Amino acid sequence: MAFFLEALLGGLMAGMLYALVALGFVLIFKASGVFNFAQGAMVLFAALAMARFAEWVPEWLGINDKFLGNLIAFVLAGAIMFVLAWLIERLVLRHLVNQEGVTLLMATLGITYFLDGLGQTIFGSDIYKIDVGMPKDPVFLFDSVFPGGVLVNLEDVYAACIAALLVVVLSLFFQKTGTGRALRAVADDHQAAQSIGIPLNRIWVIVWFVAGITALVAGIIWGSKMGVQFSLTTVALRALPVIILGGLTSVPGAIIGGLIIGVGEKLSEVYLGPYVGGGIEIWFAYVLALVFLLFRPQGLFGEKIIDRV
Amino acid sequence: MFYRENGQYKTSYRSDQQIFAIAQDRWAILALIAFAFIGVPFIADEYMFRAILIPFLILSLAALGVNILVGYCGQISLGSGAFMAVGAYMAYNTYIRIEGMPLIVALLAGGFFATLVGMFFGIPSLRVKGLYLAVATLAAQFFCDWAFLRVGWFTNNNPSGSVSVSNLNAFGWAIDTPLEKYLFCLIFLVVFGLLAKNLVRSAIGREWMAIRDMDVAAAVIGIRPVYAKLSAFAVSSFIVGVAGALWGFVHLGSWEPAAFSIDRSFQLLFMVIIGGMGSIMGSFFGAAFIVILPIFLNQFLPAMGDMLGVSISTAAVSHTEFMIFGALIVWFLIVEPHGLAKLWSVAKQKLRLWPFPH
Repeated sequence: MAFFLEALLGGLMAGMLYALVALGFVLIFKASGVFNFAQGAMVLFAALAMARFAEWVPEWLGINDKFLGNLIAFVLAGAIMFVLAWLIERLVLRHLVNQEGVTLLMATLGITYFLDGLGQTIFGSDIYKIDVGMPKDPVFLFDSVFPGGVLVNLEDVYAACIAALLVVVLSLFFQKTGTGRALRAVADDHQAAQSIGIPLNRIWVIVWFVAGITALVAGIIWGSKMGVQFSLTTVALRALPVIILGGLTSVPGAIIGGLIIGVGEKLSEVYLGPYVGGGIEIWFAYVLALVFLLFRPQGLFGEKIIDRV
Repeated sequence: MFYRENGQYKTSYRSDQQIFAIAQDRWAILALIAFAFIGVPFIADEYMFRAILIPFLILSLAALGVNILVGYCGQISLGSGAFMAVGAYMAYNTYIRIEGMPLIVALLAGGFFATLVGMFFGIPSLRVKGLYLAVATLAAQFFCDWAFLRVGWFTNNNPSGSVSVSNLNAFGWAIDTPLEKYLFCLIFLVVFGLLAKNLVRSAIGREWMAIRDMDVAAAVIGIRPVYAKLSAFAVSSFIVGVAGALWGFVHLGSWEPAAFSIDRSFQLLFMVIIGGMGSIMGSFFGAAFIVILPIFLNQFLPAMGDMLGVSISTAAVSHTEFMIFGALIVWFLIVEPHGLAKLWSVAKQKLRLWPFPH
């Protein structure tokens, strides 16, 4: 029982991180109809920037304080994500307005490759550490209930809390601010939003920037857990089934989808894996999403797709 | 001037419906094919065959298959690498498990199994499309990667996880030198290219295009989406599967699942985008471009660096390659969504009217 709980908790924590990456996808899709395949590359890029600036800033400015160094690195990485969002809007999206979704998807594939190359050219391609002072010690919970207790990684708990906090902040931003309202208007109908004077281009920059910030947060959490390296891009591939399950346009969907996928992956690996040779984490989420698509093509919380001629 | 159809009267349906309506076109293409069979063997050296020509032929074939699905039927697929892998591994299994299996039948069997797998993973396309389908096809990619790595049966329980074939032989013709491999692949490419061209001109090809342009409207005018989509998946994966089998058997000789990873899928998709979606000719252009560009960059960038006095490492070259690929994809999508094939057809049109542009 304790083992099951451990696996379940591990799955939930991993799921929270998937949800964080998936959130970036959903934000961009909601506001611009672009299925942003580059989210994974953005996570890697942001994490690389963060890791390297955290290394460089103390050298440049002679700061010894770790917190201050990390903070400046975070701000710089955030600024880079903003420049990136602006450039993407300026150079790519602006020219592809009103194109089909598939064309835009392929454009983001191009952005993915470009960012992968650029990030490693600027920041190097070794394995880097991000150290934002997250505790690494495991703790044991429920000692009294189960023999041996339930092993929980404190780092995961912090990560989950940060992810939850980010979700709350984003929901408030979307629901309560004027910009958030404009974003939702754009998401509903580009043309109508434009006709009442909402500047589409600026909105897109904002959305990509917000997605960049989520990528940065996700990158920091993943990076401090397992180091920043090229394989981080695969995290995004793991997050794709999450949005399929949750629905492309739903923020709660991304979170619940993330949790389901996280738990499903862990439990299937633990209980099903040994019978089929292990390593089924890689495809389990995809097959789960695939089967789910057959019954509910729009995902758990997605909007119903209506086709008109 | 160069190129005019004046005086070429079509007096039968047969001549009206030829692939190349203009005689000069027809002769040019026949000359090109003849050159590929007879001329190239004299010109190219072993390195050319191994590094450029054989990969180009096989990847053209694969791009042709992907183009049928993505370009003609509009069903975006990120799992083409998986279908290539199915082709390669199943061809291998048929080849070694059945005594006296002819090589060509084994290759086609690889294509057949790829068809089955492709149709299976195409089933979601009946309910979802576009972006959702792209993710669904990724399922094929990850599942196949896993299966060929973990399930011992596919690799004949080879402890190293890689498989190899040798002593290829078709109709008593031993295919072992690069030249023979080249000719063998060329025959496949020509046959499949002709088949594909005729397929997309026929009724089924028009159904695919109708589905691509607007599937609801197509359904309204009586095209069965189930039949059209699944047939596109079937034909596409068959060709891709045969290409995968050739890639494994002829080009690599021995291979492991990494040869057909997700990068291969992206590469094939890029070929289709750069070459031209919905164009048979475009598949060849795209494959040529993607095969030659890395080789060119590997030669050119260090040379350029030497000239400027900086040494460029291999890592830097590969990163630059990534960036150039990415930028090119975006550039093509913005500037020329129909790819190199469109430039080709524009040039043809201009030559036809030259020197009077109207």
